[in-house]
Amino acid sequence: MDWQPLWLTFRLATITSLILLAFALPLAYWLAFGKFRGRGIVEAVIGMPLVLPPSVIGFYLLLAFSPSYWFGDFIERIFGLRLVFSFPGLVIASVLYSLPFMVYPIRAGLQSLPASLREASYTLGKSERETFFRILLPNCKPAILTAFVLTFAHTVGEFGVVLMIGGNIPGVTKVASVAIYNEVEALNYSAANQYALVLFAITFVILLIVYSINNNLLRVRQSS
Amino acid sequence: MSDNLLDINIRHSLHTANGTLPMEIAFTLKEGNILAVTGPSGAGKTTLLKQIAGLIGPESGKIMFGGQIWLDTNAKKSFPPQLRNTGFVFQDYALFPHFTVEENLSFALHNQDDKGIVSELLEATELTQLSHRKPFQLSGGQQQRVALARALVRKPHLLLLDEPFAALDYSMRFNLQALLLKFQQQFRFSIIIVTHDIGEIFRLADQVIVLDNGKIEKEGTPAEVFVKENTAPQDLIIHGEVLTCTQQDNQLHVNALIENKIKTLILPLHMEAEMIPGNNFTLHYPIDSGQIRLINS
Repeated sequence: MDWQPLWLTFRLATITSLILLAFALPLAYWLAFGKFRGRGIVEAVIGMPLVLPPSVIGFYLLLAFSPSYWFGDFIERIFGLRLVFSFPGLVIASVLYSLPFMVYPIRAGLQSLPASLREASYTLGKSERETFFRILLPNCKPAILTAFVLTFAHTVGEFGVVLMIGGNIPGVTKVASVAIYNEVEALNYSAANQYALVLFAITFVILLIVYSINNNLLRVRQSS
Repeated sequence: MSDNLLDINIRHSLHTANGTLPMEIAFTLKEGNILAVTGPSGAGKTTLLKQIAGLIGPESGKIMFGGQIWLDTNAKKSFPPQLRNTGFVFQDYALFPHFTVEENLSFALHNQDDKGIVSELLEATELTQLSHRKPFQLSGGQQQRVALARALVRKPHLLLLDEPFAALDYSMRFNLQALLLKFQQQFRFSIIIVTHDIGEIFRLADQVIVLDNGKIEKEGTPAEVFVKENTAPQDLIIHGEVLTCTQQDNQLHVNALIENKIKTLILPLHMEAEMIPGNNFTLHYPIDSGQIRLINS
């Protein structure tokens, strides 16, 4: 069995999840507590990947990334990066595609904390930033863990978007889900089965670990 | 200016279950005094405390504190809560769940060199033994003591307490009230306390204001407010059963069962006819004449 697609899948999922975590923390905070107009628009845009067919997102990203259009052209000229049919392009597409899976659970976690925790920190002289990092984040660890794993798992399971903008280049864009599709197309069911089983098992184990950790965290809190 | 420490005049819209109410409040607090704020739920008591702490911005008005302008909406000036140096004890205590007792207190320090005040407060609140526990491992009274100690770490000039003892049983409440008074004498801060407990108001407060529907309905000393006519908000009613009734010094001393606890009431003589052992009674504040006092026993 060729391990390269699996390795590529997990590299993509890890990089995507880490990048998203960095973006999603401030974004989730802003959505949870910010005072601004047009929140509905921002939320709708972030939520689009939940409901749109991946092929729609993939199609528009393909156009955007293509050097024949201004964005792709711009990126290629400034950074010398070609985003279509390349790994960096896959990462950007995955980040956009998995955005709601990271942002929504973290926002919900932040909002579920009693307002008095933030208020207490402010009256104790602590800035918003310090309150965020020292009080709010440590108290929504389960939400952050859930968000991270959902994002990771969602990226592992990505197929349509990858196929649209990444194609099927071994070692560059051929992730496990695409490899399974190829093997099935070639009627090579046993190879497809191997990839599928590995994904199946790993995904199950990850989710199992997350839910056990979260249940333990909750149990500690409720035992008061 | 006067010796008023705090001078407040604010307007706000209160969003309640019955729609939006205009809130209009003006009062002053003298240095070192204890002000009790009482009144029915939804009257704006917590909102008022949070406005003083700077956690909620009133729509318009002015708050002066010791010559400093904390808020002046005309001049578009508002001091952030971080700089107001108030101590705030929240109704739900708001202890940081991931910190130990000691960490909850030392989080409030400006400068980690001032550890002395933390151990001093832990000592005074008898929490030294529990300093490595997390909040969920503490009883309600212990959590309350942590909240109080934490609010004092920065040596605030003004302590704001939102129904701090409401969830505690009577004797615990009594101990904590005594502790609060001890701290007040030691650190010389002023206090605004939101409470429904008449006994607490009489024991602690120099001044009291009764809020209803966002307005000050009555203000003065506890005796002035609760002993005169027709000022009682609905919460201020005592039901009980008379156990014994004796006359002393031209007053009635009534031992009564109130909320499953035996308490002594001191009542005017003319109420003797109602205070027959075995009778159930309902007392309204204010009672028709004379003073009423509750004594823990």
